[in-house]
Amino acid sequence: MSSVKDLGLHGSGEIAHVAGRGPLTQRLLAMGFLPGTRLRVVQVAPFGDPITVELDGWRVSLRLREADALQVKSTNGNGNGNGNGKGGHA
Amino acid sequence: MSSATLAPVRTASALVAVIGNPNTGKSSLFNALTGIRQQVGNYPGITVERKEGSCRLEDGEITLIDLPGTYSLAAMSADEQVIIDVLSGRQAETRTPSAVLCVVDASNLRRNLFLVSQVAETGLPVVVALNMIDEARQRGVTLDVPGLAARLGVPVVPTVAVRGEGLPELRRALSEALRSKNRFTPVAWPPAVVEARGIVADAAARSGRTCSDAEISRLLFDVEPPLAFGGMIEARARAHQILEGAGLDPVSAEAFLRYRHLDGLLGGVAKAEPTPEAARPYRIDRLFTHRLGGLLVFGAFMFLVFASVYWIARPVMDGIEWLFGKLGAWAGAALAGHPMLESLVVDGVISGVGGVIVFLPQILILFLFVAILEDSGYMARAAFLMDKVFSWTGLNGKSFVPMLSSFACAVPAIMTTRTIEDPKARLSTILVSPLMSCSARLPVYVLMIGAFIEPKYGPLWAGVALFAMHMLGLVVAIPIAFFINRFLLKLRPLPFILEMPPYRMPRALSVGRRMFLSGREFVVRAGTVIFAISIVIWALSYFPRPSTPNVDKSAALEQSILGRFGKAVQPVFAPAGFDWKTTVAVLAAFPAREVVVSTLGILYSAEDGDENAALKQQMAQAKWPDGRAVFTPATAAAIMVFFAFCLQCGSTMAVMAREASWKWAGFAFVYMTTLAWIAAVATYQIGRSLSG
Repeated sequence: MSSVKDLGLHGSGEIAHVAGRGPLTQRLLAMGFLPGTRLRVVQVAPFGDPITVELDGWRVSLRLREADALQVKSTNGNGNGNGNGKGGHA
Repeated sequence: MSSATLAPVRTASALVAVIGNPNTGKSSLFNALTGIRQQVGNYPGITVERKEGSCRLEDGEITLIDLPGTYSLAAMSADEQVIIDVLSGRQAETRTPSAVLCVVDASNLRRNLFLVSQVAETGLPVVVALNMIDEARQRGVTLDVPGLAARLGVPVVPTVAVRGEGLPELRRALSEALRSKNRFTPVAWPPAVVEARGIVADAAARSGRTCSDAEISRLLFDVEPPLAFGGMIEARARAHQILEGAGLDPVSAEAFLRYRHLDGLLGGVAKAEPTPEAARPYRIDRLFTHRLGGLLVFGAFMFLVFASVYWIARPVMDGIEWLFGKLGAWAGAALAGHPMLESLVVDGVISGVGGVIVFLPQILILFLFVAILEDSGYMARAAFLMDKVFSWTGLNGKSFVPMLSSFACAVPAIMTTRTIEDPKARLSTILVSPLMSCSARLPVYVLMIGAFIEPKYGPLWAGVALFAMHMLGLVVAIPIAFFINRFLLKLRPLPFILEMPPYRMPRALSVGRRMFLSGREFVVRAGTVIFAISIVIWALSYFPRPSTPNVDKSAALEQSILGRFGKAVQPVFAPAGFDWKTTVAVLAAFPAREVVVSTLGILYSAEDGDENAALKQQMAQAKWPDGRAVFTPATAAAIMVFFAFCLQCGSTMAVMAREASWKWAGFAFVYMTTLAWIAAVATYQIGRSLSG
């Protein structure tokens, strides 16, 4: 399991866990970053931060500091989505 | 402008809160319903925009209040708490709403309904506007609207706000909702949650508070609940124990249960099968957010914005100044023989009104671009590209456009800070924007460089000096923003979570309305203050009149209140090399910086101030009592540096007061003047010691 910020451009994965116990964690959950949701990194800003991820057909950009809370099981690339747990590397 | 458009929104009519996620077209819908009958301000004490407008229904008029866009009622900062406070009737100076209009993006129904289900717990009647339904259908979303309404238990009206589609039906639904009860299908909480809610509700009741279900949810689930009362902490701890006992994590329980509830409601009535169309509005992002290409496109767009505000506005502004000049000459001739009235009308009233109107071209042009950038979705990309440059200071990428615009003029730029959602970032952007070297400083630079730098060092160094003056503010603004954010604003910055909406074609009507509203607001709100400041400064420089008639303008100004005050405080500016005439000119320039040139003209040549060549000559010949020249390159540099940093601009202060508060406008004046004085003294002293 790794953080979404380690996926790299075009990397994709499935949310395993949203780390932290603060308001940010609750906000991400409220926005639909729920465990089991698939997401994909679609943009990385010129200076490497922030990044844009796509989930449920919409796109949102996050700073790496915030994206760090999103723990993912990597499925990398356009895989079939039923990640077998050990998946690819970041 | 007719008085009808400015009539205060009637307070007797029912208040309906408009709420929704960001990028749902909420503002477009609000504007479509209210037209231009709206009032904009801030909530007391915070830089969160409060927008109210009146809307005609079949059976009477209602007031709409547009709440800030949000994804959840769980507040991440004190400022976001405004939303739950308004809905619960706990917000000062705002009545309790009678109903809520929830605007949802039909393409992202599930995520949008999360907020709707939180809002519905207030018990207020709810109407859902299913906005941008056309786009959702194109993207492959199929919706059974009556089925959805039946499942949710509330009226659901498909709309396309920018084209006015669905508005009659929406108005009718609002009328009906105001007469009916909330029948929203509540979340079927599991027994543990029901028990936990009961514990919190009991504790609230025991401390004398009646809370809606929405507030109970906040008290139970939020990491930082919006209300505090005796016994709350203990009640929450017990309630959380019960949740944990049932295998629910208090941090994530709400999201899990609500989304499970919504998935149940949406099953069979909403289906998304993304078509190839769905990806199309994002395709151009391959270039627009590309690491290199994205920056080039961004640079080109920003150059276009800046060049338009700076150069296209210029001839129009010159035209306005010419027109008011003519008007002044005509009025002067008509009033000849009444010197006081003539001066009041020409130097006070006409130049005061002209000083307000002259900002309109820049405001309209800037808001044309801001509306296009926002409505098209590019503003989010610009913020994404630039965020890293600002994030370390506590600002975010959205500060870029206001800061860039400030190089033309801080007045419209400060008005555009409303595009920044984070109140802390908005406030600090407002506070540092006037440091950017605006076009009103240019006449000062041109005069000083032309008179004292270029003749001595040549055109190359003149150019370098001009460039350096423009960089100075920028170089200082970023660290100052850092200090303000770090040590002064006790607000917590919101995390940068920015939705990237699909690109959309901006609509002429909505862009035009935005331009009109910003222009009107500036003239009505800030303009009156700017006008008042002009009149006050005029009076200070006119009275008292000399006892002997026919003294020249220079002598009259010298013995006016302003002139005497300038002479009295000149010692303060002596370390910066300012003589009393420069000091008076600096003070007289409070309404607008460029006035310093015409005031120096009056004081030095006793001719009309626009004779630049004569003025340069007179200044070059000015001597201190001991025979030294008053103006050396060191003095000229000190004057320029002073103007680069000072806030001698009543218009900027009026707009700051409008967008933040008079307290913050005063703070900006004090810090900038202090900075200006220190920098000017340092420049003069270093310059003098270098030139021996």
